Amino acid sequence: MSALATLRFIGLKILSAIPMLIGVITVNFILVHLAPGDPISVLVGETAPTQEQMAELAAKLGLDQPLYVQYWEYLTSVLQGDLGYSYVMQANVSDLILARVPSTLVLMLTSLLIFTVLGVGLAILVARKPRSMFDRVGSFVAVVGYSVPAFWLAQIALVVFALNLRWFPTSGMTSSRHAYEGWAYVGDVLLHLILPASVLGLRYLAINFRYARASMRDALSQDYITTARAKGLSEGRVLLHAFRNGILPIITVFGLNFTDILAGTVLTEIVFGWPGLGRLMYDAMYSRDYPLLMGMFVFVSIGIIITNLIIDIVYSIFDPRVRLK
Amino acid sequence: MSIGNTDNGVARRGSPLQTLSASFTFLRFDGPSLTALIALIAVSLFALAVPPFLGDVNAMGSVSFASPSLTHFMGTDDLGRDVFSRFAHGARMSLLVGVLAALTSCIIGVTLGAIAGYLQGAVDIILMRVAELFQVIPRFFLALLMISLFGSNVAFIILTIGLLGWPEVARITRGEFLTLREREYVQAARSGGQSTRAIIFSEILPNAMPPLIVAMTMQVSSAILLEAGLSFLGLGDASNPSWGLMLNEAQQFLTRAWWMAVFPGIGILITVAALNVFGDHLTDVLNPRLRGRGR
Repeated sequence: MSALATLRFIGLKILSAIPMLIGVITVNFILVHLAPGDPISVLVGETAPTQEQMAELAAKLGLDQPLYVQYWEYLTSVLQGDLGYSYVMQANVSDLILARVPSTLVLMLTSLLIFTVLGVGLAILVARKPRSMFDRVGSFVAVVGYSVPAFWLAQIALVVFALNLRWFPTSGMTSSRHAYEGWAYVGDVLLHLILPASVLGLRYLAINFRYARASMRDALSQDYITTARAKGLSEGRVLLHAFRNGILPIITVFGLNFTDILAGTVLTEIVFGWPGLGRLMYDAMYSRDYPLLMGMFVFVSIGIIITNLIIDIVYSIFDPRVRLK
Repeated sequence: MSIGNTDNGVARRGSPLQTLSASFTFLRFDGPSLTALIALIAVSLFALAVPPFLGDVNAMGSVSFASPSLTHFMGTDDLGRDVFSRFAHGARMSLLVGVLAALTSCIIGVTLGAIAGYLQGAVDIILMRVAELFQVIPRFFLALLMISLFGSNVAFIILTIGLLGWPEVARITRGEFLTLREREYVQAARSGGQSTRAIIFSEILPNAMPPLIVAMTMQVSSAILLEAGLSFLGLGDASNPSWGLMLNEAQQFLTRAWWMAVFPGIGILITVAALNVFGDHLTDVLNPRLRGRGR
């Protein structure tokens, strides 16, 4: 029964993600048609495509068809994974995007893992001692991390640690002068990773600290904690009790903050010349490569929808009450 | 409603005026963030009022890359323009975009949230699904796409940021309306024959204000950050320097002129941090349930 309920819940969640997906694609479709100029000139931008390409595009968009037919064609082609063609880069949008995903993921996930653990850890450390020195320092760092524009922090870190102190490389993901192999390659990437990952990480640290602290303090004020203490459990066990109940809201908060985090990642990548989605977006913006920009928008939206879906499912596994709603 | 809500009921007792005056108690203990905000507003007004800074912020000077000194508090940039006067104009731009975009979000959000929360049923379900969609959509990417498609003048940037921020406000408003519409005084107004509009605007809305004020401060700070990010990419209005645009210009001179990057960033950091801290304090003050627990 319980397994069935879980499956039912997961199935419903996946079903409810579909309208979202269609919504995002619809927004894209509306934008192409609202943009100044006809859709073809928007899509080819400032490039000069060949006669064949023009004819192909016109046929694909079906501009002579009624609007709802065009919409249906567009919707089905995107749902089948066709994000369009970039006339500037002369390549399929989905290929261009997928080629950059690994570097962005390396940056985001490394930073996410390390700094989430740090943030939550710090929050647990201070949860029992509000107003202590650690608590104040942590809260201060959290406010700064929450308020600072990641790209500016990236610029400052670049000036201080890469240009002046010369501790880290200034840009890229690997050294251009040496072609390292094996472990040396990993080491090279790690060295390039430290600055951008730390800059991004400050925000993860801030978000996690903020919410984990509030959530832990809330959990620690519950009756079962008093009971646990009264039973004579060690403070470590008491914290573990609170942690298991206090950690869940943080997962949701992360889902809500995910879009801002992505924006921060993209901008940080640009400052550090990290060869990920951010750099691709920057180039696409400057060359007015709208098919690529739109493809990235759909791609990132799908990423966010899937992330939220996973969060919902994970949450329901840890907290069965959610499934009952 | 249920007994569990009594503490909430106490919070809402009293006239809207009392609620409002109570909400100003934050002035007593939130000195630093208010001071920072007031200082920034003063700086931007100062730049407009004092003759040497009154002129064209885009006017080029004779000395490029002058480091900070008494004549140029924040140095000069690559074109010899005074960074301080651009900083001050940037303050005005950032605050203007932040406040107007937040107002736009709030007007849309409160209207839709009130409709959804008061009418409930199918309207509620549809509106909340749309809000959910807008919350999932990567705001930054959509804003970037819209502004690069439709052009980057200040009004359009404000409108775009405002249009993308309403779901949070709508959700909060809806939540407040869902609880408040069942209160006795609302039921009394309803049975007294007041119109739906009167009930929404003069009975429920004033009592839903506290969380909305907090949401508004948060909207201002996230709008400022969003604008800064967009301008940093060069999507801002080039004729009106904003902090983000200044950081965009600073990027290629990081080695030569650190001051071009440092000051505008500090401006953003202080403003956004002040608004966030201010919002947190407001939450504490306006939500007596959390008060007395020790922060």
